[in-house]
Amino acid sequence: MLEIRNLHASVEGHEILKGVDLTVNAGELHSIMGPNGSGKSTLAQVLAGRDTYEVTQGEVLYEGRNLLEMAPDERARAGVFMAFQYPVEIPGVNTAYFLRAALNAIRKHRGLEELDAADFLDWVKDKMKLVDMDERLLNRSINEGFSGGEKKRGEILQMAVLEPKLAIMDETDSGLDIDALKIVAKGVNTLRSADRAIIVITHYQRILDYIVPDFVHVLVDGRIVRSGGKELAIELEEKGYAGMEQKNAATESIAS
Amino acid sequence: MLQVAQKTDDYLSRFAQVEARLAGDGAAFLLPIRKKAIERFAELGFPTTRDEDWRFTNVGPIARTAFGAATRDGEAVEAQQLATSALLQADWPRLVFVNGHVAPQLSSVGKLPGGVRLESLAAVAHADPEALQQHLARHADYQDHPFTALNTAFMEDGAYVHIPKGVYLEQPIHLVFVSTADAGPVVSHPRNLIVAETGSQATIIETYLGLGDGVYFTNAVTEIIVGENAVIDHYKVGREAQQAYHVGTTQIHQDRSSNASSHAVTIGGALVRNDINTVLDGEGAQCTLNGLYLVSGRQHVDNHLRVEHAKPHCDSREFFKGVLDGHGKAVFTGRIIVRKDAQKTDAKQTNMNLLLSDHAQVDTKPQLEIFANDVKCTHGATIGQIDENAMFYLRSRGLSEPASRGLLVYAFASEAIDRIQPQLLRAQLRQTLFDWLPEGHRLQDAR
Ligand SMILES: Nc1ncnc2c1ncn2[C@@H]1O[C@H](COP(=O)(O)OP(=O)(O)OP(=O)(O)O)[C@@H](O)[C@H]1O
Ligand SMILES: [Mg+2]
Repeated sequence: MLEIRNLHASVEGHEILKGVDLTVNAGELHSIMGPNGSGKSTLAQVLAGRDTYEVTQGEVLYEGRNLLEMAPDERARAGVFMAFQYPVEIPGVNTAYFLRAALNAIRKHRGLEELDAADFLDWVKDKMKLVDMDERLLNRSINEGFSGGEKKRGEILQMAVLEPKLAIMDETDSGLDIDALKIVAKGVNTLRSADRAIIVITHYQRILDYIVPDFVHVLVDGRIVRSGGKELAIELEEKGYAGMEQKNAATESIAS
Repeated sequence: MLQVAQKTDDYLSRFAQVEARLAGDGAAFLLPIRKKAIERFAELGFPTTRDEDWRFTNVGPIARTAFGAATRDGEAVEAQQLATSALLQADWPRLVFVNGHVAPQLSSVGKLPGGVRLESLAAVAHADPEALQQHLARHADYQDHPFTALNTAFMEDGAYVHIPKGVYLEQPIHLVFVSTADAGPVVSHPRNLIVAETGSQATIIETYLGLGDGVYFTNAVTEIIVGENAVIDHYKVGREAQQAYHVGTTQIHQDRSSNASSHAVTIGGALVRNDINTVLDGEGAQCTLNGLYLVSGRQHVDNHLRVEHAKPHCDSREFFKGVLDGHGKAVFTGRIIVRKDAQKTDAKQTNMNLLLSDHAQVDTKPQLEIFANDVKCTHGATIGQIDENAMFYLRSRGLSEPASRGLLVYAFASEAIDRIQPQLLRAQLRQTLFDWLPEGHRLQDAR
């Protein structure tokens, strides 16, 4: 589904991603872990189409198409979804309207009939139960005045409504209490299916108690330095990222 | 600026004819006022950008154009055409003016409650001049404002609205000023007098509407007298034609404990200047001046506000928002004068602008003149662009670039539209905003 090859990206001439390779197949759940500033969000944003990051080398294929050539909204309509680490507050734009417009743009692209306000409400109410969100939030402006936890659950709600094929969660677990964390995990687990792929970017091993990844990757300084199964997350928990970097350096010196 | 070949003389010589024609009219009291006004205009001439009040607005195109007097061709306007473009409401009492003259066949006053008067100013000047004497031309300043001077010298028709003591008028009164300028550049000088007596309440909507593509000039003045404890909500909706010039003054005079609101929405016109002036002349009076301007192409829209706190314990609120596209230009000046005695004044001014193009331009400035020492005066102006983070967020969910942009502009402007009280007018203006926005039709159900 997703193939990232030797991806380099920089911002204002400063290189952040320094050659990322990653293949994600349908049905798989990958977790990317890494310390602060290692480039996790940069990777997520590049995949979603943020143009403040300049891709200087490499390529990304999504369902065989050149993802980097697609506009952000085109990617979304084609099934790519990124849950923002910092969801944006948009005063004056009604959440329900926004969600329905987004859903209809995607449905139209998929050749499905657009939903009217009433049908949409039925659709969204089920999804809101899933993330245990108050329906009143639908009538507020997007993320405006939402608590940190509400914003994160709002991202999960959007994901549940839009039913993407490839979902990238950028630290959706950060700053959540254990109950909210379980809700987020439930949302992700509900979405898991044979024709979807999910990338969970996280700082902490904690969420992986609730979402069991097929693969874990460690991103340090713009490169994936280790890949493995879920046991890698546990090793990481014990040794920390410093250990990973050392190991990486060792591998490199052997190779040279 | 170069001294242009101004058409001042045209107006002076035309005044001689008007003077002769109006000399025999009932409103003899007006003649000396007209004379004073035209003399003052002769002295002032058209303003230039050297005048502080006109620094950012060049009225050269108006000064240089030879405008003929607008004819009484009210017949030319089809009721049907008007109904759709002026967005008339059947149950709103209305007076329609075509090129400055009342058009009875398009008007519909109906039965008004409690002795409310809604009549053609020309008719009242002829039959009942005493009704006008106390207030007409007593509030709008023709000494320092050349266009008000011109209007005062040349005024012929407009609306006279009188709300007697304690009367509450439920339906808004709609005053519609239609210009048809197919027969060369013409000028009209609509003049309205609105008097709300003690404890009365009413909503007045003025719509300025251009039909056709010609050049014309509307030079309007409205005087509003809000009596003690009276409540007036005033709306001015500018839907002038693409090549039109519009200069208009809304002059509000407020008595003790009165409450006035003014909403100036400008959509059309090549060059538009709205002067909105309030004198808070009684303790405890409150005013709210709201506005919205949507400016595109090569339009120039200037809102010039002047709030005078003359007495203590008065509140004023100004809230203007503008969206500019293309090579559009907007000017906002918010002058607040607090007189020596006006202690406990509470004045707040906000002007926010959203630029959609690199070529659009805004000049915004507050002017505070405070002579009292116990006052609260705040002001804030912003000029911003579309928030790229918000754009990316919307697009990352599948909304196209124009749809995302439209939604964000809508969100910005709707804050001003939400302040419009009459539900029908609010809905119409929301529709106007959709029509104006790129892909706005997709936003129809955004609320
Ligand atoms: N728009 C930007 N402008 C300048 N520098 C940036 C920008 N975005 C990211 N960076 C820098 O790039 C590096 C990687 O940032 P990124 O946000 O991708 O890290 P991260 O792994 O997501 O970190 P965190 O765990 O804190 O979320 C950091 O040093 C950051 O300061
Ligand atoms: Mg991050």
